[in-house]
Amino acid sequence: MCLLQLWAFGFCHLLFMNTSDSEEDSYNERSSLVQCESPTIPSYNQDHDMSLPQETDTKRRRPVSSGLDEPGPVERERASTPDGEEEELTLKYGAKHVIMLFIPVTLCMVVVVATIKSVSFYTEKTSQRLIYTPFEEDPNYVGQRLLYSLLNTMVMISVIVVMTIILVVLYKYRCYKFIHGWLILSSLMLLFWFSFMYLGEVFKTYNVAMDYPTLAMIIWNFGVVGMICIHWKGPLRLQQAYLIVISALMALIFIKYLPEWSAWVILGAISIYDLIAVLCPKGPLRMLVETAQERNEPIFPALIYSSAMVWMVGMADSSNPDSGGVKLGLGDFIFYSVLVGKAAATGGDWNTTLACFVAILIGLCLTLLLLAIFKKALPALPISITFGLVFYFSTDNLVRPFMDSLAAHQYYI
Amino acid sequence: MTLAVFFGCAFIAFGPAFALFVFTIAKDPLRVIILIAGAFFWLLSLLLSSLVWFIAIKASNSQDLTLQRGLLIFGVFFSVLLQEVFRFTYYRLLRKATEGLAAITDDDGSAISVRQMAYVAGLGFGIMSGAFSMINVLSDSLGPGTVGIFGDSQYYFITADMPSSKIFRRVKTNLKSSSLIQKMRALMTLALTLLHTFWGVLFFEGCEKSCWWVIAAVVSLHLLVAGLSLLNPLYEGSLPPVYGITLLMGVWAFFSSGGSLHSLNALCTRRKAEGESS
Repeated sequence: MCLLQLWAFGFCHLLFMNTSDSEEDSYNERSSLVQCESPTIPSYNQDHDMSLPQETDTKRRRPVSSGLDEPGPVERERASTPDGEEEELTLKYGAKHVIMLFIPVTLCMVVVVATIKSVSFYTEKTSQRLIYTPFEEDPNYVGQRLLYSLLNTMVMISVIVVMTIILVVLYKYRCYKFIHGWLILSSLMLLFWFSFMYLGEVFKTYNVAMDYPTLAMIIWNFGVVGMICIHWKGPLRLQQAYLIVISALMALIFIKYLPEWSAWVILGAISIYDLIAVLCPKGPLRMLVETAQERNEPIFPALIYSSAMVWMVGMADSSNPDSGGVKLGLGDFIFYSVLVGKAAATGGDWNTTLACFVAILIGLCLTLLLLAIFKKALPALPISITFGLVFYFSTDNLVRPFMDSLAAHQYYI
Repeated sequence: MTLAVFFGCAFIAFGPAFALFVFTIAKDPLRVIILIAGAFFWLLSLLLSSLVWFIAIKASNSQDLTLQRGLLIFGVFFSVLLQEVFRFTYYRLLRKATEGLAAITDDDGSAISVRQMAYVAGLGFGIMSGAFSMINVLSDSLGPGTVGIFGDSQYYFITADMPSSKIFRRVKTNLKSSSLIQKMRALMTLALTLLHTFWGVLFFEGCEKSCWWVIAAVVSLHLLVAGLSLLNPLYEGSLPPVYGITLLMGVWAFFSSGGSLHSLNALCTRRKAEGESS
C-alpha cells in the first residue's frame, strides 16, 4: 500500500505538471467553443500562470497567480460609450461577476468541508508525505517543527518557481504538444485515480458494499466525460462542475498529505509568490501573459474556471454576442478550499470554518473590486488567503474560548 | 431523537432568516454582497471583543470563578457596544459607496436604496450572530445522545430533584431537558436574528435623519436583550421579554421605513382582489 502510494505520488508529480498544461490547452479549446474570446481576454488569463507552476502537485494550484479577467464586453463597451455609462455598467455587472465566482468557490468549499467532516480518511495522520515536503514535523520539538515547516515551504515554493519557469520557457519556444500531453496525463490521473480513491473512502465510511464492475463503470464514465469536457467540448455547466470537483479532490489531497504547520506556512508563502509572480515586471506569470498578448493568442487556459455570462441584448454591441465572464484559476479554488478544509479538520469547530469562509469571500470580493478599478490581471490569492489566515488563527485562539464560555452560560451577545 | 432535535432546532433558528434570504436577497447580486460584508463586519466586532476579553482573562486570576464570570459579563456588554460601533462603521462605508456610485453615474444611478441596504446589513449581522450562537450546538446535537453540551448536565437540568437511584429516568430526563434547552436556544437565536435585522433598519434610519435618540434606543435595547440573556438558563425570564422587544422593534422598523396601516391594508386588499380575479 505504501509503495503504491509513493509511486502514485511520483506519478502525480508528473501528472500535475502535465495537467496544468493540458488544462490550458483544453481550456483554449473549450473557450473557443463556449465564448467568443476577444484578444484582450486571454491576456488576462492568469490561469496560464497557474498552469505553469503546476508542474508539481502544488502547481495544481496554478491559480497561484490566478488572474481575474475583465469581462470582455465591458472592454468593448469602453470604446463606444461615454465614461459614465461605462463605469456604471462596470459596477453594475461587477456585482454579478462577484456572485458568479462566489457560487463555485462556495460549492468547492462545501464539498471539501463535507468530505472532511464525514470521511475520516482525509484527516487521518499518515507518515507518508509528498516529495515536496521532505522534512517530517515532530510535534514534540516546537523549534525544530517551525524550522522544518519553513524548509518544507522553501522546497515547495522553489519547485513551483522552477516549474513555472520551465513552463514559460516551453511556451516561449512553442512546445505546445509537449505541454498538451503533459496536461492530459495530469488530468487523467486526477479524474481516474483520485476520484477512485475518494469514492473508495466514501464507501468505506458509509459501509456501502460495492462490486468492482459497477465501480469500474462509474469511474470510467466519470473519467471519460471529464476528459472530454475539460480537454475538448462540453456543456458549460458540466465543465464548471468537473473543474469544481477536480479542485476539491486536489484540495483534499493537500489537506491529507501536507504536514500541519507546513500547510499554513505554504499558504502564506504561495500568496506572496502569487503577488510577486503576477505583478512584478520580470515575474514568470506576467511574462507568460505578455508573451501570449504579443502572439495574440489565448494563454493556455489550463485549469481555468470560466463563468461565462451572456450579455443582454441591447447592453453590448449586437455585433458581438460574446459571453464574457470572469475567470478564476483552479489553483485559487484549491488553496481557498485547503484553507477552509484545514480549518474544518483541526479542532472541529464550526465557527472557525464559517469565519474563514466569510473572510475568503470578502477577500475575493475586494480582489474583484480591484480588478474593476485597475483592469488588468491580478493575483486572486493574496487578499483572500491573508484574511483567511488572520481569521483562522484569531477565531481559533480568541473567539472560540469566548463563544464557548458564552455557550456554557447561555449568554447571548 | 437527535436527528429530530437537529432539524427542529435548525429550522426554528434559521428558517425565517433563510426564507428572508431566498425571497428578498438571493436574486440581487448586490444585496448578497452587502449581506456577506455585513456578516464580515459583525465578525470583526466579535474578534475585537474576544481579544479584549481574552486579554482580561489572561491578566486575571483564573481560579477566581466569580471574577471570571464578572469578566464574561463585561465581555458580553463590551461586545454589544462594539457590534453597534461596527454597525455604524458599516453604515458610513455603505454611504460612501453610494455617494461614489452617485457621483460616477449621471442618472439617479443608485441600484439600491439606503433602506434596502439597512435591511440587508441588519440581516447579515443577524445571520452571522445566529450562526455563531447556534452552529456548534446543532452539530453537537447530531452526536450520540447528547446530555447537554460539554457533558455537563447540571447546566441543563431543569427538573425537580429525583432519587439518584433512578438513573435511567434521570438520563432520559437529561436528554429531554437537553432537547428542551436546545429548543430554547433556537428560539433565542431566532429572536436575535430578527432583532438584528430590525435594529439595522432603525439604526441606519436614525443615522440618515441624524436622530440620535433612535440610535441610543437601539443601543440600549441591544444591551437590555444581552442583559436579559444573562438570566439564562431560566428561559422563562428571558424569552418572553425578548420576544416582546422583537415584536416592538418589528412594528417600529415597519413604520420607520415607510410602512403604514394604509399600505398594509392595500397589501391585503390587493391580495384579495388578485385572489378574486384569478
